[in-house]
Amino acid sequence: MCRLFAITSQDPLSPMVAIEALDVMREGHDGSGVGLFLRDLGGPFEEIKDAPILSGIFTDAGLKRLDAFMMDIGFMTKYKLSIKVPKAVPPGVPRRDVYLIRAYEYPEEWDGLPAAELQRRLLQVRLQLRHMGEEKRDMIVFSFWPDVIMIKEIGDPLTVARYLRLERKELRARVIMAQGRQNTNYAINLYACHPFFIQGLASMTNGENTAFVPIREFLASRGFDGYIGYQSDSEVFTHILHYTLHSLKLGLEAYKHVITPLNDAAIAAHPDAVLLRHLKHSCRPLIIDGPNCVIGCLLDHSLFMVQDRKKLRPGVVGGRPGRFAFSSEICGLDAAIPDRDKARDFQPMHLDTVIIGPDRQEIRTCSQTDPLPPAP
Amino acid sequence: MLADRPITPSTLSLKDLPWQIVWDREKCTLCGRCTAVCPVQAIELGVFRKRSVVPSLDPQRPPANSFATYYGIRQKTDPACRCVGCATCTLVCPNDAILPVHSDEADKLRFHINAGGQPRNRGGRRNVPGSILDRIKFTRISMLTDPALDAGRHEFELRTLLGRVLPPEKNLQFLRENGWIPPVREIYPLIIGGMSFGALSPNMWEALQLGVAYLNEELGIPVRICTGEGGCPPRLLRSRFLKYVILQIASGYFGWDEIIHAIPEMKEDPCAIEIKYGQGAKPGDGGLLMWYKVNRLIAAIRGVPAGVSLPSPPTHQTQYSIEESVAKMILSMSMAWGFRVPVYPKISGTSTAMAVLNNLTRNPYAAGLAIDGEDGGTGAAYNVSMDHMGHPIASNIRDGYKTLVELGQQNEIPLFAGGGIGKSGNLAANAAALIMLGASGVQVGKSIMQAAAGCVGSESDRCNICNIGQCPKGITSQDPRLYRRLDVDAVAQRLVDTVLSFDTELKKIVAPLGRSTSLPIGMADAIGIDDAHAAGRLDIRFVV
Repeated sequence: MCRLFAITSQDPLSPMVAIEALDVMREGHDGSGVGLFLRDLGGPFEEIKDAPILSGIFTDAGLKRLDAFMMDIGFMTKYKLSIKVPKAVPPGVPRRDVYLIRAYEYPEEWDGLPAAELQRRLLQVRLQLRHMGEEKRDMIVFSFWPDVIMIKEIGDPLTVARYLRLERKELRARVIMAQGRQNTNYAINLYACHPFFIQGLASMTNGENTAFVPIREFLASRGFDGYIGYQSDSEVFTHILHYTLHSLKLGLEAYKHVITPLNDAAIAAHPDAVLLRHLKHSCRPLIIDGPNCVIGCLLDHSLFMVQDRKKLRPGVVGGRPGRFAFSSEICGLDAAIPDRDKARDFQPMHLDTVIIGPDRQEIRTCSQTDPLPPAP
Repeated sequence: MLADRPITPSTLSLKDLPWQIVWDREKCTLCGRCTAVCPVQAIELGVFRKRSVVPSLDPQRPPANSFATYYGIRQKTDPACRCVGCATCTLVCPNDAILPVHSDEADKLRFHINAGGQPRNRGGRRNVPGSILDRIKFTRISMLTDPALDAGRHEFELRTLLGRVLPPEKNLQFLRENGWIPPVREIYPLIIGGMSFGALSPNMWEALQLGVAYLNEELGIPVRICTGEGGCPPRLLRSRFLKYVILQIASGYFGWDEIIHAIPEMKEDPCAIEIKYGQGAKPGDGGLLMWYKVNRLIAAIRGVPAGVSLPSPPTHQTQYSIEESVAKMILSMSMAWGFRVPVYPKISGTSTAMAVLNNLTRNPYAAGLAIDGEDGGTGAAYNVSMDHMGHPIASNIRDGYKTLVELGQQNEIPLFAGGGIGKSGNLAANAAALIMLGASGVQVGKSIMQAAAGCVGSESDRCNICNIGQCPKGITSQDPRLYRRLDVDAVAQRLVDTVLSFDTELKKIVAPLGRSTSLPIGMADAIGIDDAHAAGRLDIRFVV
């Protein structure tokens, strides 16, 4: 098992808040790695919200190749956050040359592109860099997107965070997702580390996705370039979210209907029975099985959590207006937001999707048995 | 053998036959039940001469002979009356005095069972025990990483889809724009495969229909049954139970006059229409109902004269290319029911199956593809077709699924696997293996006949006389004296028992794999086999 923590706050927070919350839940993960997703950034990034930020790990040679590649397309560096790594590497953490967080100016030719085309090109650049890096093993690229930073590393979360000095004041965000990872199914590989990211959407999962292979086959055969990777069975959750929102043009409320559809009797009684039956049929290979708690973040900075059909994994949401958090365990919530009304903590069950909207004022719960909102 | 009896090339001794009748004179009551019941008249009353030597201790009196006769059972050696090993004699014997036993060596009969230049034909199966499906193991067991599901307590939805499923984007678009969305049936992944009214006795047919209706209406298990090529009784066509029935049309079109005329009076649409292009047991051959079984009832339902053999042509005669054969016929059948009923072809397993499948992927009206492997059964076929022709189902299904994955259509055209599923008694394990190789469901025939009606056929050429209408259990006979042996209610009950136990076993297989809310179609990472070549061919794990 692994442990998840996500927080959304009106005031920018240090990622250490999430790391410390993970640390109090350390009994639930083996400290084999940590992944961080930061969005709605504060600090120096506050002023450059539109600039795409590249996050990744590079060797010195890889960095040179990156610079040549980006220059070639016409990207100019706008701001970079240098993480100078101390010489002494803690045990269990690999030695890296560069942890890169770099904001770019778009190429001039990209000016005035429609949003969809811009997003497509950002994805292409990330994929190209990923391929280049896999070829020579000199770059690992996590995200390339405006107002988003991702950091992943192998090792105990708190040790890694101290080693990388993540408490630095330049690193502040209003939305933070963090995962302390226990690697189960597959070899240790940073591309297998949560949270996963695609075109502005991110998610992380606690669980095992037993339907992984048919889902991977289905996604990979959709003809969409970004549906690659799958070093972890949990990456498909992010891609299914993307597929639901982008290709099917449905809202977040439909996500749970795709991955964990209602049983036939419940569909028959649902006000959107016709739509749901068709969705269940045509998205049948995307049905997940097994125990999973999924926490994700949308383009509008909403955070959400859904559970598997049998509610086999822990997950709780709580907070106060202006600051809410999702956590695998209540102790994580206690560490991050001790001054909340604990009576209002909520543990979503098998039908629930819980959402904290961008205004961070309340916990919105929607049940799968509720009518779906009208199509956007 | 008498000294003056001529020896011909086909004169066989009991030793040359596949089955020998062992009879115990001590136990026999001479009641005659065995000779009366034997479906092939392999045994008859025998009068045996017995000489006994009577020795004497008195030197004055020499030893004497005593001559006597006694009565008993004599087995015929004429190939036409050879014992088929059905053991109905054993079943009826009050004293357990008689039993057919299989010869300890290959019989010589096989060289002579072609009198008049007519090769052997028979019913039954391929006569090769064992199956690659039996060797597939389910190796992905959720352990500490994942609490395994509980087959007895968790919610399971073991349903599959029969029908053309649109890609999600298109489906939602058509839903918004009121476009035509092909009909899709949510059914149980176990389908009772096409066994015709005619091949089966009226009692057997009624029992299967009764069992299916009970499973659907009382237990909520949506099992479907295919009619095979022999039409459908008029009352069933006009009843609400038609929705549990897949109507089959094949190259002889038997019974379709009746079906077409009943369409305006149908209360329900049938579940689906299956267009049979081939049968796994006898690929390249059409259906065959031999004259023995074509009585007046069968003739009336099929719309043919009584007492003549009914061979369907090997192909649909009105069509001559794959495009026409498949596309036109699917469209015609769809049109007959206003595009509300899924229509799919069934072919025999073949190395050319992928060509058919590729064609179907381009046909938006094709609702699926059923492939019937070499281990399929039949009511009548040439021995050579049954034993030597056809394609194993496992690799055909796997290739089909992988082809669909490449095209991104793995959820759009369901594949149904048939042929030898459960041939060794492992119905659920075989079905689950095929599902994980990529099948959406399985079609089962022989296994149901064995479990529900006590068919004695086996893979060692036992009985296999379905073709001549002498089925000792009354399953495949049209003679009321035989089929009255079959208790309709009891067979229906057995069918229900069989499906319920299948259901439990299927859950026991998928629960530890962590699957419950959807059938693990194509979940090939969950299976393995102890043969490296088979593993490579099927693209599954090699485990030893």
